[in-house]
Amino acid sequence: MSISGWATIAVFLICVIAMTRPLGGYLKRVLEGERHFLAYGLGPIERVFYRLAGVCPREEHSWSQYAFAVLAFKVLCFLAVYALLRLQAQLPLNPTGMSAVAPDLAYNTAMSFVTNTNWQSYSGETTMSHLSQMLALTVQNFVSAAAGIAIAAAVIRGFSRRSAAAIGNFWVDLVRATFYVLLPACVILTLFFVAQGVPQTLLGSVQASTLEGARQTIALGPVASQEAIKMLGTNGGGFFNTNSAHPFENPNALTNFFQMLCIFAIGAGLTNMFGRMVGKEKQGWAIFSAMTALFLVGVSVLYWSEAHANPLLTALGVDPSLGNMEGKEARFGVAASALFATVTTDASCGAVNAMHESFLPLGGMVPLINMMLGEVIFGGVGAGLYGFILFAIIAVFMAGLMVGRTPEYLGKKIESREIKMTMLAVLCLPLVMLGFTAVAVVVKPGLSALSASGPHGFTEALYAYTSAAANNGSAFSGLTANSFWNATLGLGMMIGRFFVIVPVLAIAGAMAAKKVAAPTPGTFPTDNGLFIGLVTGVILIVGGLTFLPALALGPIVEHLEMLHGSAF
Amino acid sequence: MTSPTLLPADSEHGQAAGHRGNAGMIRAELLGPAIVDSFRKLDPRVMWRNPVMFVVEVVTVLTTVLLIRDLLDGEPHPGFAIQINLWLWFTLLFANFAEAVAEGRGKAQADSLRRARTETRGKRLIANDEGHFTPQCRYEEVPAPALSVGDVVLVLTGDFIPSDGEVVEGIASVDESAITGESAPVIRESGGDRSAVTGGTRVLSDWIMVRITAEQGSTFLDRMISLVEGAQRQKTPNEIALTILLAGMTLIFIFAVATIPSFVNYAGGHISVLILVALFVTLIPTTIGALLSAIGIAGMDRLIRFNVLAMSGRAVEAAGDVDTLLLDKTGTITIGDRQASAFLPVAGVSEQELADAAQLASLADETPEGRSVVVLAKERFGIRGRDMTALGARFVPFTAQTRMSGVDVGGRQIRKGAVDSIIAALGKHGASADHIREIADGVARQGGTPLAVVDDGRLMGVVHLKDVVKGGIRERFAELRRMGIRTVMITGDNPLTAAAIAAESGVDDFLAQATPEAKLALIRKEQGLGKLVAMCGDGTNDAPALAQADVGVAMNTGTVAAREAGNMVDLDSDPTKLIEIVGIGKQLLMTRGALTTFSIANDVAKYFAIIPAMFVGFYPALSALNVMRLATPESAILSAIIFNALIIIALIPLALKGVRYRPVGAAMLLRRNLLVYGLGGLVVPFIGIKLIDMLVTSIGLA
Repeated sequence: MSISGWATIAVFLICVIAMTRPLGGYLKRVLEGERHFLAYGLGPIERVFYRLAGVCPREEHSWSQYAFAVLAFKVLCFLAVYALLRLQAQLPLNPTGMSAVAPDLAYNTAMSFVTNTNWQSYSGETTMSHLSQMLALTVQNFVSAAAGIAIAAAVIRGFSRRSAAAIGNFWVDLVRATFYVLLPACVILTLFFVAQGVPQTLLGSVQASTLEGARQTIALGPVASQEAIKMLGTNGGGFFNTNSAHPFENPNALTNFFQMLCIFAIGAGLTNMFGRMVGKEKQGWAIFSAMTALFLVGVSVLYWSEAHANPLLTALGVDPSLGNMEGKEARFGVAASALFATVTTDASCGAVNAMHESFLPLGGMVPLINMMLGEVIFGGVGAGLYGFILFAIIAVFMAGLMVGRTPEYLGKKIESREIKMTMLAVLCLPLVMLGFTAVAVVVKPGLSALSASGPHGFTEALYAYTSAAANNGSAFSGLTANSFWNATLGLGMMIGRFFVIVPVLAIAGAMAAKKVAAPTPGTFPTDNGLFIGLVTGVILIVGGLTFLPALALGPIVEHLEMLHGSAF
Repeated sequence: MTSPTLLPADSEHGQAAGHRGNAGMIRAELLGPAIVDSFRKLDPRVMWRNPVMFVVEVVTVLTTVLLIRDLLDGEPHPGFAIQINLWLWFTLLFANFAEAVAEGRGKAQADSLRRARTETRGKRLIANDEGHFTPQCRYEEVPAPALSVGDVVLVLTGDFIPSDGEVVEGIASVDESAITGESAPVIRESGGDRSAVTGGTRVLSDWIMVRITAEQGSTFLDRMISLVEGAQRQKTPNEIALTILLAGMTLIFIFAVATIPSFVNYAGGHISVLILVALFVTLIPTTIGALLSAIGIAGMDRLIRFNVLAMSGRAVEAAGDVDTLLLDKTGTITIGDRQASAFLPVAGVSEQELADAAQLASLADETPEGRSVVVLAKERFGIRGRDMTALGARFVPFTAQTRMSGVDVGGRQIRKGAVDSIIAALGKHGASADHIREIADGVARQGGTPLAVVDDGRLMGVVHLKDVVKGGIRERFAELRRMGIRTVMITGDNPLTAAAIAAESGVDDFLAQATPEAKLALIRKEQGLGKLVAMCGDGTNDAPALAQADVGVAMNTGTVAAREAGNMVDLDSDPTKLIEIVGIGKQLLMTRGALTTFSIANDVAKYFAIIPAMFVGFYPALSALNVMRLATPESAILSAIIFNALIIIALIPLALKGVRYRPVGAAMLLRRNLLVYGLGGLVVPFIGIKLIDMLVTSIGLA
């Protein structure tokens, strides 16, 4: 570990803290329909959209109407993406002549992009036409992220409103989040990436002669624009197979740093928007602090792990001073790779700038645990916040009982209905992560796709389903996806997204209908260190207790065996 | 407030809590039936109500079936499997035992109540020719169950009151010890706020006519029996929410454990159903699952011991959430009676002259206020009591019309009374009337009640009657404030007096010149702000407010209407008890929360005991996780399951007694409970499992 490595992490954290408040303020103004500078210019266009779609922007939805709108929208998106991928050979903007995407892969990919997962069972440069990349995938990158922001806003309204029947209008939230947040930010980011050397072209590929005289095909395309939303929308689906490790996606240390900041930007800003909307910014900072604490634990362990060389390689005479450089880009080094891996799995981004499979066992366990905890550490845009609120509800419930009051969060009583919905949402993750893995590691089509054996192969399977259920999309690599995996992973992504969204919206609806109790000295405060500690503890204990047996059979035993001198 | 036996505010309610028998934890004579009940409760139809323990029962039956199969197959070393099975059954029995013990205490009380309800017969009156009931009417003796609502019965000295009702005529002293446990008789009379009588109590002297107000089977005694027996016990809102949380945790552990065989199979190992069941049972929150219903029953029981009957568990829980406490001034904040504290003469009258006149006017006045005037005159000026007959004095009693009382001595008329009525009666205007008003206002500002004295048409001055604030009440309000509860004093006094007493007693707010409508409006306003309101009351005019309040404590001495409207009845009729009721409500929730935390925190140690034991066969490196250095895989698993069962027994006393509540504010309380039950829950099982492992190994069980 080096001082410059820690300094990178520290500067990164400072930048995240610095942008949280301004972003939160802006997000709140956008989603609450207040005045902001972009509304002057773009407001008329926004209203044209509503008129065309027949949406009345002042009409608000109950939770069930809101959930129905979300689901209807997602079904339409899924069908559109599936159709585009299947028909891409017949459609324009296909300079390299890509053929139609196979049905199981098209289904998997459509589900993956609709759920903001961006699990890629394909190599972009050899599978997708430019039209598919732009119209099918990039559009979903925007709207799946915007839907996440919309749902987060609806959930916050559940807490900020009193005795209300409605939690907002999904169509309006969706349009505003896309129009005023994601699109403008991506325009600026795209220009920045282009300036840094990321390609942005509709040309297919170029032929080059290498120094040895060999011919090489270098894939090109509209990379910079996809890169911007890939990070900002915590999508993670890269243009190229190697994602942000590819020099065209992530050419230098500066783009690498900005990419990481983009991943956390909206997630961090939403915590502040939460605080502002419930009337006390400190409430938002408490959530921010709990997330930061978990982030720091993760990045420290990962950096510590990767800063050490693999003892088996050191024994063979490899210089240990650089740490574990296997699967890492020399232009980023250990610290920036460790930070990137933590950030991308804290949030549900899934972009990678190093191969997680090549991390040492404990290092590889950090991204895995981050996802198992439900990606509530800033998290996917919107999804991180509402996922965190689920844990906050459990923490507040326990705390409330322990201080002898019916538990309440922000003055809203937590009753059996909320607990029921919370448990439903919390349960669906282990169901997919553990249940699907249990099937995959005993059936032939599941096993045949694993590249490694023993605990490492097990971790590959566990990582894949964990990534799918948490809607992360990063892969441990090593997995050769076949139709069994495409089918089950697609199902896992769907459960992980919608079995959380619907209960969370139900909670929002129930909360909105409640009165707000005025805080008294007998009320457990949710904006101080005790709450931060408690909710952090709840997240770690619930996650730890659920996944410890699986982790013991994967990375933990692999680590111990490595110390004993065996590898898998 | 008409509360005959008020306890001082700072008393610990020793007699109230004590007289209902030993408050000790588990009485020996209850253990036998509890053990029998523990087996009876294994019935799955009963178990079903408790999802966590029901799941334990299902998997225990499964392992037992497997064990029997193995035994029939001639399994060579069944010792370990037999032990695990035994401890699984013990886990279930211990859980049932906890509930049975909690119920047993209620059952014992119900039995003694049943003995009180004798086969009484009532004297049902037959209306006279005009359709009226009088004591002279003829009556017929009927058994109590034959009485129906609206019947009027005559109860004579020595008779048991056959059913609940309202006194319509007469006055009697009644022995209510069967209900309240209080041996001192109470007065019941028609009209007013002491008209309710309870079936099963006995008239000691005089007679009353009672109109029956309750159907047989729904009388107070019937309800009380079913309450203490827990027969009608329904889960309270927070208990339901917690049960859902625990069921959810159980499901998570089903996922965690049910997937292990497949993982192990992939790793090339094998794992038996027995060990999976052992892991599963130790992981799911059995500790809190086993004790949850015992905690609820014990909470109700604590209230009953405290001589408060809660009509539902919901009310007890609501008590813990109370934000605003409405307290009647008289009897709660001040001691019931006002005391004369100063003589304030008008100009030209000496203090002693005023004292002399006031003493004469009060000599025959038997009210506590009147007596206090006599006492003060003696203390201040040594004016001794005088014999009324020797003076040839005639007493003029207080009437609601004149609002004054006094004596006529010879031709001399001495009167004392409300300032306004005295001035009005004299028709006085001018300087002396203004002066006396000025003095009276001064008294009121200090929280006192002015009493004007007039001697033969000459205004003498004012007696300052002082409300005496109870000792220690200020500290109690400060304590409530720390608990986050706002206190509001309700009084019929004028705002000036009310403000002075509010300031002296340290109450947060007050409602002066309170009418029933004003009380109701205040409760609605507080509830509109999202607050939970508690109040107590005894009169019929309190009934709407009692019904509106989230926690309405009706005094047992109160009217039937009040008792019906409230959701708790205080058998001691002591309004200060509201404060303790809040504490009991909080204790109930805290105990649940603390044991849940403890139960979940325990899992960490259990994982460290069982995971290495399970996997070490095919991944020897995992023995590094055996941080407790448990002797063998068998001893580790056995120790974990033994610890899991024994901790239930160990925590029964805590479940019954409740976690102690301290009024220190939420953050402090949470920090303390997290330290004790969270951190303790992490550490204790490490030590416990290690000790059991050493014991198990040394006696060669595993």
